[in-house]
Amino acid sequence: MLVCLMLLPIIGGVLAWLLSRWNRAAAHWVALLAMLLQFALALGLWIHFRAAMRLSTHGPWLLECRYPWIPQAGISFHLALDGMSLLLLLLTSLLGVWSVLASWQRLQARMGFFYFNLLWALAGISGVLLAVDLFLFYFCWEVMLIPLFFLIDIWGNEKRHEAAMKFFIFTQAGGLFLLIGILGLYFINGRGSFDYSILLGTHMPLLTSGWLLLCFFLGFAVKLPVVPLHTWLPDAHTQAPVDGSVDLAGLVLKVAAYGMIRFMIPLFPAAATYFAPVAMTLAVIGIIYGALLAFAQTDLKRLVAYTSISHVGFVLLGIFAWNGLALQGVLLIVIASGISAGALFVLIGALHDRIGTRDLERMGGLWPRLPGHGGVWLFFTMATLGLPGLGGFIGEFLVLQGTFHVSPLFASLATIGFILSVVYALRMVLRIFFGPPSRQDSLPALSGREWAVMASAILLTLWLGLYPQPVLDTAAGAVRQTLLPAPSSYSCSYSNSNASSHRVLSRSKSRMKEQEKMMKEGRP
Amino acid sequence: MTTTFLFALLPLIILALTAIVVMLAIAFWRRHRLIVALTLLGQLSALASIASAAHILVDRASPYATLQVTPLLFVDSFALLYTMALLIAGIMVTLFSNSYLERHVGISEEFYLLLLLAHLGATALVFSNHFASFFLALELMSVSLYAMIAYVRGNPLNIEAGIKYLVLSSVASAFLLFGMALVYADLGVMSFTGIAAHAAGGTLSGSLTLVGLGLIITGISFKLALVPFSFWIPDVYQGAPAPATAFMASVAKGAVIAVLLRFFLPLHIQHSPPLLVLFSILAIASMFIGNLLALRQQHVKRLLAYSSISNMGYLLVAFLASGVWAATAVTFFLFAYMITILLAFGVVAALSGAQRDADALDDYRGLAWRHPWLAAIFSIALLSLAGLPLTVGFIGKFLLLFAGAQSHLWLLVVLLVVNSAIGLFYYLRVVIALYQHPEESSTPITVPSFSAVDTVALAALTLVLLWLGLFPGFLIHLIQAVVGGV
Repeated sequence: MLVCLMLLPIIGGVLAWLLSRWNRAAAHWVALLAMLLQFALALGLWIHFRAAMRLSTHGPWLLECRYPWIPQAGISFHLALDGMSLLLLLLTSLLGVWSVLASWQRLQARMGFFYFNLLWALAGISGVLLAVDLFLFYFCWEVMLIPLFFLIDIWGNEKRHEAAMKFFIFTQAGGLFLLIGILGLYFINGRGSFDYSILLGTHMPLLTSGWLLLCFFLGFAVKLPVVPLHTWLPDAHTQAPVDGSVDLAGLVLKVAAYGMIRFMIPLFPAAATYFAPVAMTLAVIGIIYGALLAFAQTDLKRLVAYTSISHVGFVLLGIFAWNGLALQGVLLIVIASGISAGALFVLIGALHDRIGTRDLERMGGLWPRLPGHGGVWLFFTMATLGLPGLGGFIGEFLVLQGTFHVSPLFASLATIGFILSVVYALRMVLRIFFGPPSRQDSLPALSGREWAVMASAILLTLWLGLYPQPVLDTAAGAVRQTLLPAPSSYSCSYSNSNASSHRVLSRSKSRMKEQEKMMKEGRP
Repeated sequence: MTTTFLFALLPLIILALTAIVVMLAIAFWRRHRLIVALTLLGQLSALASIASAAHILVDRASPYATLQVTPLLFVDSFALLYTMALLIAGIMVTLFSNSYLERHVGISEEFYLLLLLAHLGATALVFSNHFASFFLALELMSVSLYAMIAYVRGNPLNIEAGIKYLVLSSVASAFLLFGMALVYADLGVMSFTGIAAHAAGGTLSGSLTLVGLGLIITGISFKLALVPFSFWIPDVYQGAPAPATAFMASVAKGAVIAVLLRFFLPLHIQHSPPLLVLFSILAIASMFIGNLLALRQQHVKRLLAYSSISNMGYLLVAFLASGVWAATAVTFFLFAYMITILLAFGVVAALSGAQRDADALDDYRGLAWRHPWLAAIFSIALLSLAGLPLTVGFIGKFLLLFAGAQSHLWLLVVLLVVNSAIGLFYYLRVVIALYQHPEESSTPITVPSFSAVDTVALAALTLVLLWLGLFPGFLIHLIQAVVGGV
């Protein structure tokens, strides 16, 4: 079952490539079908496991499969699913469907190879979300880069070569540090396996664990991206084709958050508590810096790219707050901003098709020409700036609440981001749709295909904003599992660092319980 | 000398016989196809004869059985594994030469004779267990290479490359000889096992021996093109005909690495600080200089030359590690590198016209839209060199890091990682050039029609590269079983 989830896009990609030589329409449909099937499969799993996830009667995983791969080095093909990865898988396949739909007409040349890359990138992302063998995780982590590189390099805009190169070198360099971290952990653990459950709870001196944490953090922070390492993102976003941007914004950034929650902090809990203030400072800087720069952009795609940097700040803040409330919030932000940023990129692509520019200076007064477009745009702008009732708000609220328990200072600083986001988001809408009209000719309205994407995005955003409880329930079991201290069977020797880590974790555990209670009361 | 010994040495004997047969055949029938067929036949039967040699080893019961054939040669599973790899690589080079030389007007039959002789030298190198056989085999290989490099005489670049390699390689051989003499003067033995016995006895710290070993390392570094003994490699790679370059990059490198492992592993260089420092400096300098010089390269063959410098530097990282994983990682990485570089030069050879080799980066611009499969294969080769997953290069690099981390060589491991990131830049530049839109490429190149033989060889290599990238377990297992005995 889990292998199917990974194989569907892989096979779909190859088929689409081969079919495009004979029949162009067939390639579209095969790609769409592969992603729809993956979505349906993930949805089926969700419905099937809903009860189990709420009651968390299951073990650490809902579903697991394991085959030996390179037994000499203790590497196995080990996939596992829990609520957290299931949610992100749903998001992945949904955005996959959207990006196939978004590229439906735009693309004429070399379409088969395009779908091949698109689907393989999605397969890599699915692999990252499912892998619980660290080698396999790293493998998929790297695999998803290569197709994205080709997507940007071949189908991107004017400066695509530079952007593709920058994207690839940044993320690959980060990835290699991640590999060092994994190898270091493997040898310190000394049990000769890359398996997550075995590496969990490895005992090591605090300093060592700090270095390894730093390696992991570098790997994930480049992808997230955390502010000093973010410079590839605006370029990659601007130059990528629409579909690539959708995937980048919605997924690539999110898997980094997933990696942090799933691997980085559980593997190095003690070092993470010491590192938290640094990371949270970076997060707050990211929130404010991203928002300020977004305000100054004239290129639409760059603008949205900076808003995602700002959002990612909340994600990082929530991760390092490391309690149930904040982690739930992080997952909600990831999903909601994945949907809203994805939808915005689709809209930007649609607008670019019609007026041939992404430059804010050359827009204005478009509302009378594109009323449908404008309305949808306004909706997602509101979702981005965190209007209550829409998806983003709940997540950011939960993160702030969770952070407040840990550090009121960082939480209050982060709220500045809310004010700034209103400023940049409204400026964007004003510049595009209001003011002196930039053109008089009539423009084609949104097509049925575009409406289908937008309608599903709007419904989902509303649902997340008004009744997020199903999502929270799904994640609850996984979050609780993640917050648990490492299994005691491995903790035979206690050093200072371990003791402190256990203290921290048990503290956060009890705190989590009371927060969960609060959450249940506070929410309908 | 019994029949057992003869059977054990069958691969060497068959290669030598084939060289003689080919020489005689050229004297009577000057037909390109015939000579190619004879060469292939010889190489394939040598490959098959490995099975009989392996059979003899298996009969000796112990898994690490070895057979000392005369004081000079040494047959064990390690030698057989490397021979197998070298023979497969040699067969690929023969296939690439076939269509490459057909395109060049002129006398092409002797190239195969030289190829066989160089191949014989390389194979003998793998079997050697004595300074005498080491030196003889190395010279046999090098002398044949001089002529192979300068083979297309009409091209002044070829001649220049040949002379350059001749002079520098002779200098390296002189260093090597002098080093051997010094070691012999101090220890009084010339066989590898004898020297290893001295090392085990802890008498390897004499200053004469250390200087001698240093000189031997210098000589080997010349052959492997490690910084600072690497200045010949870009010119020679660029000047030599593509099949000859492919041979140097795969077979010649592989044989020298085999000797390096065979000679230095039993010496436990980890316990000898001077040698450890020396090798670390060689590794670090090769990684950095190779990568930095490749960054702005506009010539693909030169770029691959610089990349080979840095790749040999990577390889030394695992070489300095200890334990079974060190030799395993070195061997796996070497095989991965051989497959990859053969594929890369195979594409270069297939694209090269009669006038000149496809070398300028401009020749490759927009290749993906003219020859999608060739471009796909070339980009797979480049991605494998860069060490990206799904390719064998990724597993190779992972094993290097694995071995390095296991021996806590953290500095070298981190430097390897930094260099991999630098290396990405120039590999990706070529990949980007391959996929540039036709309107962006300035010079449309006339690509020669390449033969079915090329296609088969390239396809086979690509499949092996991807297969081992996904399922390396079998090969790792084999290598581990084999290097345990060294």
